[in-house]
Amino acid sequence: MTAVEPQATVEITVDGAAVQARPGEMLIEACERSGTYIPRFCYHSRMSPVGMCRMCLVEVDTGRGFALQPSCMVPVSEGMEVSTESEVAKKAQDGVLEFLLVNHPLDCPVCDKGGECPLQDQTMAYGPGETRFVEEKRHFAKPVAISETVYLDRERCILCDRCTRFADEVAGDPLIHFMGRGNHTEVNTFPDEPFASYFSGNTVQICPVGALTAAPYRFKARPWDLTETLSTAWVDSVGARVAVQASRNRVLRVLGTDADAVNWGWLTDKERFGFEALNSAERLAAPMLRDPAGIRAPEWRAAGWGEALDRLADAVGAAPPERVAVLGGARLTNEAQYMWAKLAKGVIGTDNVDAQLGDGLDPAVVLGLPRAAIDDACRPGGTVVLVGPDPKEELGALYLRLRHAVVYDGVKLVEVTPCETGLSHMAKYSLHPRPGTTAQLIRALVLATDPEIVEAAESDVILDKLAAGEKLLEAEELRELLGAADALGVDAESIKSAARALAVAAGEVTVVLGRSSLAEGAEVVEAAAAELSALPSVRFLPALRRGNVMGALEAGLAPGLLPGRTELDDAEDLGPTVAAWPRLPEAAGLDAAGVLRAAARGDIDVLVLVGADPLNDFVDRDLAYRGLRGAALVVAVDLFLNDSSTLAADIVLPAAGPTECDGTFTNLEGRVSPMSRKVTPPGTARPDWMIAADLAERLEPGSAEGLDSPEAIRAEMARVSEVHASLTEESLKASPVEGVLLRPAREAAGEAGGWRRSGRPTLGRRPAGRTVPATGPAGGEDALGGAPDGSFLLVATRTMYDDGTMLRHCPSSRGLAPAASARINPDDLASTGTGEGAAVRVVSDFGHIEATLAADAGVPTGSLRVNWLAPGAPANSLIATGTDITVVEVEAR
Amino acid sequence: MGTPSATGGHPAPLPDRSAGAGYIQHAPGYVHNDGPKLITGRFVHEDSFTLERSVATGGYEGLRAALEMTPAAVHDEVRSATLLGRGGAGFPAGVKWGFLPPGKHPYYLVVNGDESEPGTYKDRLLMERDPHQLIEGCLIACYALGLQQCFLYVRGEMAVAQERIAAALNEAYEAGYVGRGICGTDFSVDIVMAWGAGAYIVGEETALIESLEGRRGMPRLKPPYFPAAVGLYGQPTIVNNVETLSNLPWLMVNGADAYKGHGSESSPGTRMFAVSGHLRRPGVYEVEHGVTTFRELIYGDNFCQGIRDGHELKMFIPGGGSAPWFFPEHLDLPLEARPVGAAGSMLGSGAIVIMDDTTDAVKAAWRVVKFFARESCGKCTPCREGTTWLEQILRRILDGEGRPSDIDLLLDIGDNISPGPYPAAAHNGQEAVPFPPRQTTICPLGPSAVAPVVSTIRRFRHEYESKITRRDPIPIEVAVAGAGR
Repeated sequence: MTAVEPQATVEITVDGAAVQARPGEMLIEACERSGTYIPRFCYHSRMSPVGMCRMCLVEVDTGRGFALQPSCMVPVSEGMEVSTESEVAKKAQDGVLEFLLVNHPLDCPVCDKGGECPLQDQTMAYGPGETRFVEEKRHFAKPVAISETVYLDRERCILCDRCTRFADEVAGDPLIHFMGRGNHTEVNTFPDEPFASYFSGNTVQICPVGALTAAPYRFKARPWDLTETLSTAWVDSVGARVAVQASRNRVLRVLGTDADAVNWGWLTDKERFGFEALNSAERLAAPMLRDPAGIRAPEWRAAGWGEALDRLADAVGAAPPERVAVLGGARLTNEAQYMWAKLAKGVIGTDNVDAQLGDGLDPAVVLGLPRAAIDDACRPGGTVVLVGPDPKEELGALYLRLRHAVVYDGVKLVEVTPCETGLSHMAKYSLHPRPGTTAQLIRALVLATDPEIVEAAESDVILDKLAAGEKLLEAEELRELLGAADALGVDAESIKSAARALAVAAGEVTVVLGRSSLAEGAEVVEAAAAELSALPSVRFLPALRRGNVMGALEAGLAPGLLPGRTELDDAEDLGPTVAAWPRLPEAAGLDAAGVLRAAARGDIDVLVLVGADPLNDFVDRDLAYRGLRGAALVVAVDLFLNDSSTLAADIVLPAAGPTECDGTFTNLEGRVSPMSRKVTPPGTARPDWMIAADLAERLEPGSAEGLDSPEAIRAEMARVSEVHASLTEESLKASPVEGVLLRPAREAAGEAGGWRRSGRPTLGRRPAGRTVPATGPAGGEDALGGAPDGSFLLVATRTMYDDGTMLRHCPSSRGLAPAASARINPDDLASTGTGEGAAVRVVSDFGHIEATLAADAGVPTGSLRVNWLAPGAPANSLIATGTDITVVEVEAR
Repeated sequence: MGTPSATGGHPAPLPDRSAGAGYIQHAPGYVHNDGPKLITGRFVHEDSFTLERSVATGGYEGLRAALEMTPAAVHDEVRSATLLGRGGAGFPAGVKWGFLPPGKHPYYLVVNGDESEPGTYKDRLLMERDPHQLIEGCLIACYALGLQQCFLYVRGEMAVAQERIAAALNEAYEAGYVGRGICGTDFSVDIVMAWGAGAYIVGEETALIESLEGRRGMPRLKPPYFPAAVGLYGQPTIVNNVETLSNLPWLMVNGADAYKGHGSESSPGTRMFAVSGHLRRPGVYEVEHGVTTFRELIYGDNFCQGIRDGHELKMFIPGGGSAPWFFPEHLDLPLEARPVGAAGSMLGSGAIVIMDDTTDAVKAAWRVVKFFARESCGKCTPCREGTTWLEQILRRILDGEGRPSDIDLLLDIGDNISPGPYPAAAHNGQEAVPFPPRQTTICPLGPSAVAPVVSTIRRFRHEYESKITRRDPIPIEVAVAGAGR
């Protein structure tokens, strides 16, 4: 972090007292910081002021006498005198309050907002005791469902412009607007166009009256019956801060908390309403077994914890360590992850542990690259390179931050993704390389940031002159790449312009790095990262999606890793871990794909799924199926039965959900923030750390001694892991909202980014030496030139809503998962022999799904995009691990 | 919002008034009379809106004269002529032009033809009957300021004006007066016509710019105080009234000194006044600015020729529906912004509405308030809720459901929209409260609705009281002119 420069201040006088204000700051903010709260309805610190409600009128004198001014619209200036209490100001505010109440229904007793309503509070504090309005109030039909979850009561609406401003300014989904005029002005959607925004729930939170309500909370509770705790959203890796509110041991509402470094108070609807799944009646409430005699028979039987854990401990004890594997763990708190890492690696002694299911990145890449915080990426004037997933679909709160940075703070966005994303229309350069060629395109971009190389690559004469020079090879390489527009799918001019932007931005580049298509191998992204790390002072923001996946990697839930980014084969660093752990794995183990392959061969005796559903989440459905079938004993630790555990589990252990246990969460920037227990788990479900500790004690008495609380586990983590050393109870308490940012250990030690990959991706050489299986329709080298006629290169992208287990149990979002669609460029429609909207079968060498054909100009020609985990059409049945690209054909059905 | 006019609604041939024919049987239009004709000179011709007639009667001579000069000299000429804006605020056009920040190109000129102030219909006549004069004025302004793009925003309901301006623009483009290389010089301007969707508030210049950009016509927040700093599409923009620009051709041909030979020293030139109501000869008159008094305009033989037979003046609105009302004792004020403002009202857009002794003060006030309640854009609370509330109370009083507390309530609501003593004319021994009013609203529309209420309560409180107590009903059923539909 750069040091905060000392700021000049502006001195103003508020009600006779001198106040130091920040230059350019609005009066209402300066007054509030100095302790004078000016009432307001339309003003919101995260949106531009509009001065519409007029509630914040105060008397301001800037040298020409006192005049009424809306304090939300007046920037402070030196010597400004403000009177918030004068007769004139009070009269104006009272007048505005009365005007607002003129048509506002007095239905507070049945209004959800009653008890936490700014209008009600203002009226109670300052308003008249009796109305002078004897006429009929304004009437509208109510409520109007403006989206699947949000209801609008236009009679209560005071037209503050907060929701409409949010939709337009913050979310970029201007689907609600003012209509009509004068006293008949109303907020509404356009005819037949619902407020279908991923962020619609925020409007409910910022509505200053009860005009907007959301289905999950409507008529559920009174605000004064709710208790609240600060926690962290768990559905994705952004780690948005939330307030979890509950009544009678049931979570009823989740609100966004304004963490300046993270989510600015905004949430996606998935984060906001995701708690509904935790209240589902289908939650696992007791351990369940399927008897060995009737193994994999459909009959479950509830069991006690003792019996279930004994049976698991017996099975693990009987198996050689390398025949035990643990998959998953990204759902867990940091403390639970540490306990599971300790159980697997330190007690059982297996390194076959992976929190990612083939849909992430190599932990060495994620942990080794110089890390950027969200604030670094969004710093005004910077440049962001997106080589990763569509943030709008996968990391909603990050999308809002990036969108704000690009739209309002002049951040330049260069996007290198296989298809258009939610950010494309605001990107400065939007490059869509053919699937599999991302690394080559990035190589070309990085080379082209050097004008000498560009000049040399484009001129034969200079090339000759440079013959003896060191840039010759680079120039020749760039010439080859620029000439391969067809293979890359991006023309030379676009590459050169984008490269110029990167060159100008030297030192201020943040790469948002992740898997932009799950049909493209992780190696492609990793090779691209290696190229980008050559840019000066570049930083990376890992866009891994899975909840607490960063915490899992830091805790060592990955093959070859121990807590705190210590590598298993790095003998000298192992000291602290050895001291706390009974033993260590003898050799580096298998990743998720390796585990499933081994299981399919019959080489895994115990497979533990900790909040994992390989059948739906692993990139290769066929391998996941064979692995689950092949493992001798499958154990699931989860909130629900999912497709994988229903198929194969022998033991199911119910775990406590995110609002049911204490702990901490590490977000994608490495920021650790608390997760808090608000309610008790259903039945006998237990926190994951407790399950791991219990098992560890059974397997190795004393190994979990003293580890009887998240705090105790955290203390051991701080001892064992250098990275977590800064994570003390004091540091967490000192920053309850923002959390504690863990810095990469090597960086902290003064070393530059610790990870470099040596191989250079070039045309004709596959990154990381992987090849398309020889059986594939597009063998070897040809693939870079595009798919054969009539077939497409597959792009698989996630959508905000899908058929995931949690969303299935979430009533408000259950119907929102889009059906499977096969999206191709309109120019490609003819080659399919069928038309838009046709029911088709998408076929690869490995499987097929049924989908609806859609024309989408955001998909480059030659590519076909499917949505991941669509209901009834899992895209992972098309993909095999070990392939960088997948070729598919479209058949009419 | 005028009463039905002979020219309104259809492009029928206009009656020949070249002889200065006297009493107009039907609703008011332009009345030709003796006196200097700076901008209405061409109105006597039936085909005044054609390029042929325009050129035959000196059209585009002002443009040619301007093109002979440097742009700065044209600007200086306008500045030294003290051409006051005719939209309502009366700000000198030459000074306004000077607010354009240097070097922030492109600049835009926007012509405010959204004339909708109750009682005003002068710009409409200028657009319908001499569109070429307006186009010429635009060109002169563009030349003086170095602009290349002009937007002519015409009120949505003025179909004839739109048709005639469109036809005139086509003619002018074809004849080389507009477009690339005007009159053989390298001066090029494009003029585009846009039209509104029927909102009064779009007459406010920042709301007009919003509308022109394709958004809801709602006033922008200030600062910046002038579109000259941040206007259309965020660029420096000059917004001028139709009549202001229509003055430019004459000014260019005859020079600033000749211009200052008309009108008073502080308000030179002539000005068009739309006089309506209970008059013998209502209509639009071009009169000497700042010299003529209300009495001359209303009673003069050359003008309106007095109140209709058998009746006396009760009250009048001196400057469009937004202005606080005047009474017979104000008749001797000159038609000039400053003295009218000091007396507690404004000259505004040049609309004078005369009400005689048959007018029900409460009902007249209600009618004007109803207009503003209907036209409130809904953006800020005091205007959106307050104007409708005022209207509902007045309606209730008219319906015989008034309460004794209503009069104070009306005044207090008015005070919450426009705090402090509301501008009002002096009478009954009270001091005049000068214009303009203070406001809790974003734009002056809210206070405009307060004007008739405060004016009538101050003067005719007994009428309110008698309606509320139902002691002495005043059985008046006379349409209030100038208050619209």
